[in-house]
Amino acid sequence: MNTFTIARKELSSYFRSPIAYGVMCFFALITGFFFYSAVRFFLQQSLQATMMGQSVPLNVNEWVVRNVLNNMSVIGLFIIPMITMRLFAEEKRTGTIELLVTSPLRDFEIILGKWLAAFVLYLAILGTSVLNMLVLFAYGNPDWRPMAVGYLGLILQGGCLLAIGTFISGTTRNQIVAGVATFGVCLLLWVLDWVSQFESSKLFSVISYLSVTSHFESFMRGVLDSKDVVYYLSMIVFGLFLTARSMESIRWRA
Amino acid sequence: MIKVEGLTKRYARNVAVDHISFEVEKGQIVGFLGPNGAGKTTTMRMLTCFMPPTEGSAQVAGFDIRENPMEVKRRIGYLPESPPVYPEMEVIEYLDFVGRIKGVPKANLRSRIDEVMQKTAIADVRNKEIGKLSKGYRQRVGLAQAILHNPDVLILDEPTSGLDPHQIIETRDLIKGLAGDHTIILSTHILPEVEAMCQRVMIINRGKLVATDTMENLSSRLHGAETVAVEVLSRDGVFTPEWVATVREKLEKVTGVTRVIAKDSKDSRARFTVESQKESHVRPELARAVIESGWQLNELHGMGLSLEEIFLELTASRDGSTTEPAPQAAAEEAQ
Repeated sequence: MNTFTIARKELSSYFRSPIAYGVMCFFALITGFFFYSAVRFFLQQSLQATMMGQSVPLNVNEWVVRNVLNNMSVIGLFIIPMITMRLFAEEKRTGTIELLVTSPLRDFEIILGKWLAAFVLYLAILGTSVLNMLVLFAYGNPDWRPMAVGYLGLILQGGCLLAIGTFISGTTRNQIVAGVATFGVCLLLWVLDWVSQFESSKLFSVISYLSVTSHFESFMRGVLDSKDVVYYLSMIVFGLFLTARSMESIRWRA
Repeated sequence: MIKVEGLTKRYARNVAVDHISFEVEKGQIVGFLGPNGAGKTTTMRMLTCFMPPTEGSAQVAGFDIRENPMEVKRRIGYLPESPPVYPEMEVIEYLDFVGRIKGVPKANLRSRIDEVMQKTAIADVRNKEIGKLSKGYRQRVGLAQAILHNPDVLILDEPTSGLDPHQIIETRDLIKGLAGDHTIILSTHILPEVEAMCQRVMIINRGKLVATDTMENLSSRLHGAETVAVEVLSRDGVFTPEWVATVREKLEKVTGVTRVIAKDSKDSRARFTVESQKESHVRPELARAVIESGWQLNELHGMGLSLEEIFLELTASRDGSTTEPAPQAAAEEAQ
């Protein structure tokens, strides 16, 4: 109950500042661009294929949807710091955190409420891209199932990065610091995957396993792998757990 | 209502609050007086369960702040030094949010908000964004937030800081009106504020409770005496501790003088603070005593009783020593 009160307050302050609209616009614009170029490329390719006498039409899911979903996951790395940076940092700077902490609320209610608000905003942002997909349905017949799995992947990946961002925002009173640090961590978790390309030793496969993007690949292909779902869910729990710990430690040190 | 025993907060390098013990009865307004950095805010933050103490315990409305923080939080209204408001929210929306997280039953939240807005005189700005309100209004919104769930105990950290004189008087009256229903602890570094509002005062300095007294006793201590600063130069340049002691003795013998406090002397000037009974007009007598002893009188002036003097006075009379450095340093901090 209290969680929802907090979440509602956070959401309303998102939509009262330009942040939510700005991030939404930014995301819709870039996704639209990627969508457009993917479709153009697809059309070109299928035209060529038809001219070369290929009888089986190219797969829209494979050529457009997967591409766009992949790009969206990368854009996600950029917008997530913008969403989470103010969550705790702002309250700490203005002192309103004292109101929350001295109210009869449990730490996890505050943290979960804030994360939930960020998550809902993220869903709304992702929602703008659905419009693009509807265009595909209007002019073609893509398979909705791998698309849904891809979106689930985006949602899980976002939830996990948002939890990490929430944690980082809780460690500072400076929004910019929180944003930059979150961006850095997001980027790191993204590129960790690349090490697996050079070597396949135990260590490298562990590092690669930690990368958020390596788990996203199967979703993108339309495969729902429980291993990846577990990874994302446990990362969410871990991030929120760290936030709770840091909230506690700040109370002991402050 | 509030019972504090040996409350201590220690940081890595310093002790912010050092074994404070006191009790506050129901319906009282108690002033927490002290210079900046004395430990007022830290003490309040411990009482409100914002941070746990390193040592000691405290009970608020019968609940221990360590064992039952949730119950304590339900019974405390807290106004931190800067009102904890969200600038982008409207007043009524903010109070609605606070009411929910403080656990005010939904059924009477509306009427409770109206009541509180009436009490704090913010009903006319109910639909305004808090960020656009003046400092005085914002402070009152903060106060409304603190009393919204009708807590037994109100803890107000410098409730009048940053307000203009008119707003200060309004806020004081408001707080006085809240006494009786609520037990109130308020902190301030302004002395007249304590005089205007509180029945009891606790003076805290460098984390220690140096005095706790009723307002009447403190006032008589403050106004019962006149304080004069005296600076004496020896004629032949002799400057020894013995000579300073002689001067002091001489000054003490002047009729009407109650106490002579030796201050730090330098450049062969002996400096004293002389306290005398009210209306005994000791200044001419002091001058005569110095001149007749063959010394030079370098300075002689009456001093108003500032907060620093009260600190000096209270800490000195408590410890028995007159030249304890700690309160002096604290007084400098306060300036």
